[in-house]
Amino acid sequence: MMLEVRGLHAFYGASEALHGIDFTLDEGGITTLLGANGAGKTTTLRALCGMVRMRGEIRFDGKSIIGRATEEIVRLGIAHVPEGRGTFLRVTVEENLQLGAITRHGRAEIARDIDRIYGYFPRLRERRRQQAGTLSGGEQQMLAIGRALMLRPRLILLDEPSFGLAPLIIEEVFEILRRLNQETAVGMLIVEQNAALALDLAEHAYLLETGRIVLDGPAAEIAADEGVRRAYLGY
Amino acid sequence: MQLLLQQVLAGLANGAIYALVALALVVIFLAIEHLNFAQGEMATLSTYVAWQLIAWGVSYWLTFLAVVVLSFIGSIFIERILFKPLHNASILANLVAFIALFSILNSGDGYLWDYTIKTFPTPFGHHPLFGSVLIDTHEAGMIGVTAVLLGLIYLFFRGTRLGLAMRAAAHNPESARLVGIRVGWMTALGWGLSGVIGAVAGMLIAPIVYLDPNMMFGVLIYGFAGAVLGGMSSPGGAVVGGFAVGIIESLTATFIPEVGRELKLTIALLVILAVLMVLPTGLFGRRVVSRV
Repeated sequence: MMLEVRGLHAFYGASEALHGIDFTLDEGGITTLLGANGAGKTTTLRALCGMVRMRGEIRFDGKSIIGRATEEIVRLGIAHVPEGRGTFLRVTVEENLQLGAITRHGRAEIARDIDRIYGYFPRLRERRRQQAGTLSGGEQQMLAIGRALMLRPRLILLDEPSFGLAPLIIEEVFEILRRLNQETAVGMLIVEQNAALALDLAEHAYLLETGRIVLDGPAAEIAADEGVRRAYLGY
Repeated sequence: MQLLLQQVLAGLANGAIYALVALALVVIFLAIEHLNFAQGEMATLSTYVAWQLIAWGVSYWLTFLAVVVLSFIGSIFIERILFKPLHNASILANLVAFIALFSILNSGDGYLWDYTIKTFPTPFGHHPLFGSVLIDTHEAGMIGVTAVLLGLIYLFFRGTRLGLAMRAAAHNPESARLVGIRVGWMTALGWGLSGVIGAVAGMLIAPIVYLDPNMMFGVLIYGFAGAVLGGMSSPGGAVVGGFAVGIIESLTATFIPEVGRELKLTIALLVILAVLMVLPTGLFGRRVVSRV
């Protein structure tokens, strides 16, 4: 078990957004967190990175990470592709990738990793000297995933990787996520509105409703359960 | 024609100092979105320390180096002690802290070194440069040292990973944390850098305006005018703005008799007002989009 969450409550100001949720992530596995708008999906990801006020227990490799600063959690090997993609708009595409590896040492190895990311996303190589702010939404999503990979993380948290992208680009992004998981064994926790897409990629799924986990199970089973699909996933 | 050239060069020499002060202001502004009103007083303290070391017989350039290092450490210290705890405090709380720092440093200087005006040495001397009447050696030295310092700062921000991390932390702190950048320390480093820039400005201007606790007051206003003219969010713009203000100051004082010596500072304030009214983001600034 790579990540273990027990009784996690999270707060925005005075209001409680998560009411004590439990879940676990396996090393190298893909897990998805589904639910409607406002169910607490993004809050869960932000809580894992210490970006909201919270209480409960989060263990990464058995070590408690609750109360630690975001940058220290990231340094343990948890990369976060945030809502809105978090692009460094005013520096180049390549500098964005460099920033992803800012905590690492070894220039040669970092250069090799950048090259590897260009292998996954050839379009980023074409635009490497461009200001990242000039990229399209899909390209910025690819850049955000690339930047997260530059950390050489053990776990990537992805917040709505399909958001605002054209269907063809979405397919491309999800295909690359699948390849990345197979080739590098990096674990993934994916928050998605597009449930069908996420269930197809993930091995395990949790269903979140107004700050509580109401259901969990193997992704294939949940995808096959018509009742669940109708009641919670709306497709 | 010769008078014009002479005044432009004199303006460039003073403008170099304004450019440094403007840059120091902008480096901190980019990190914490507050204007460091005490920037000038920090520079004055650095200059007093330099004066003291030289009075004790330390050579000029060794003093210069020591003061640069001490200012770097001292400014980081100020950030960690005073402004880090105010990170999430209101604008007003920060403003009060800056004013407090201003008066503490100002009266501290006066207490330690008294308020009498002191001369400050220059390693360049005050001779005509290459026998020319256009510019003297100290003015040329001011421009030269400033150019070297600006070049080094440019290389640091453009060519090093730490410089890249500092830029990232200033422009997008949330994303910076998500790649593991210790944003708080980047802010502290920005303070250190500002302290160094200010110290160099103070040591370069002191031979001209003489050293007293209020030495940097006018300079800070010119520097602020330069920063506003260039755009508070643009380090390069602040430098250009600083030089421009220096030249404007020098030319108006010479060619508009009504301005003369007395109204020079008014010109700087008029520049600030005019820019804020016509071009609120300055020449090179970007609109700051505040996060909700």
